[in-house]
Amino acid sequence: MRELSMNQIKYINREKRKKRQIKIIRFLILILFFFFWEICADLGIIDSFIFSSPSRIFFCFTDMLSNQKLLFHIGITLLETLVSFLLVIFFTLLITILLWQSKTASKVMEPYLVVLNSLPKSALAPLLIVWLGANYKTIIITGMSVAIFGSILSLYTGFIHTDSEKIKLVRTLGGSKADILFKVVLPFNVPGLFNILKVNIGLCLVGVIIGEFIAARCGLGYLIIYGSQVFKLDWVIMSILILCIIAMGLYGAIGGIEKWYLKRR
Amino acid sequence: MDTFIEFKDVFFSYHTINGETPALHHINFSVDKNDFVAIVGPSGCGKSTLLSMLAGLLSPEGGSITVYGKPLLPKSTRSVGYMLQKDQLFEWRTIEKNIFLGLEIQKKLNEETKAYTRTLLKTYGLYDFRNAKPSELSGGMRQRAALIRTLVLKPELLLLDEPFSALDYQTRLNTGNDIGEIIKREKKTAILVTHDISEAISLGSKVIILSSRPATVKRIIPIRLSEELTPLERRNSPEFKNYFNLIWKELNQNA
Repeated sequence: MRELSMNQIKYINREKRKKRQIKIIRFLILILFFFFWEICADLGIIDSFIFSSPSRIFFCFTDMLSNQKLLFHIGITLLETLVSFLLVIFFTLLITILLWQSKTASKVMEPYLVVLNSLPKSALAPLLIVWLGANYKTIIITGMSVAIFGSILSLYTGFIHTDSEKIKLVRTLGGSKADILFKVVLPFNVPGLFNILKVNIGLCLVGVIIGEFIAARCGLGYLIIYGSQVFKLDWVIMSILILCIIAMGLYGAIGGIEKWYLKRR
Repeated sequence: MDTFIEFKDVFFSYHTINGETPALHHINFSVDKNDFVAIVGPSGCGKSTLLSMLAGLLSPEGGSITVYGKPLLPKSTRSVGYMLQKDQLFEWRTIEKNIFLGLEIQKKLNEETKAYTRTLLKTYGLYDFRNAKPSELSGGMRQRAALIRTLVLKPELLLLDEPFSALDYQTRLNTGNDIGEIIKREKKTAILVTHDISEAISLGSKVIILSSRPATVKRIIPIRLSEELTPLERRNSPEFKNYFNLIWKELNQNA
């Protein structure tokens, strides 16, 4: 590597400093938020019975960790989210490929997909309970229903906007429809697919929580609903904070997989 | 010389709900073995349509295209190599993997074709870049890689659809020169579509002038410049200007 000039080193240091600053400010906001929350609760400015407080949440957390099977609840929610997420990926790819290979099929299906996508999926949940029972099936299907229609629509849009000249190239090389799919359309849409996945993991979590609200005996959604009914708002707010961490972690995990994949190929 | 490809009264229109756009109107010309035919005409006149037909992507609505006297079958794309306006190298593949694309599709990827690919990469100065991503190469190198992707399939006929139009002027001259020399050395028959008169004269052994849409063949001008000269040297030969003026006039008549 060439030796860096003074100005280049200065520039890099300046950029690094800026990045560090942003990280510090981000962290400070979080600390300040918890700090003021705690102070306000301690001084009685807000009612800690309704608004809880960081310390109450912490004690609630350690307490539930040992005797209320908190990890079990978290695990169930995570598992349900991951299962519905994987099923969404599978069915999105399958259905999008089927729609892509027949223009007629996609034209026929388009209005149905648009309507199903705009439909508030929580409206379906009560029906699903009646059909499938108050169990994990209902929860997973609710999770899927929130994500799947939108992701089919976005992936299909990506498919039909694949560079037509690249498709023409494969055709001039004698390629079949399968060649076009596997050698151009799918690799071309990998970045778009990762964006869809990043949105979907969050949507699946939303759907799973909706499902748990009405059909579960365990999971964080159940803790939230149960906690609010018996006025254990520490439970509710703690569960919400854990959901924030889960959402961040899942999003980060997909980002990590994306980075690894793009580097490898 | 035996006629390789012949267009007889070829007719073609594009159809949309809003109407019919005639693109080609009674096209007649022939291409001999080892010819380098340059087709010039105003933009949008249907030049690319001609190439799409030869590549088997479109079929004529009237008339016939014959190869060695036999009708061109719609899927007989195997011995035709097509170079598009941009190199269309896939960014997610290395240069070598890009070149393997056609071999993969035609299930011809084996030790022999791999060795041939390496020979071509070495001959045309891309061997050290075989594991690079397309974005690491210059425009001219990318265009050469695109040509090698076509050549590894040993096509009898090369179709060039304004392959230099996306390059800047200097790269265009050099790449045109390179590609012209490669095609001459590999003894290929080629059909080049371009709107650049100089490019047509410097590369072609024959220039076909098309009228504006619907295209008809206005005139066919054989270019008699020494075979020894490279395309760049041809640009400097004294007859070059005469050919240029001749084609220029022809293109601008009743335009």
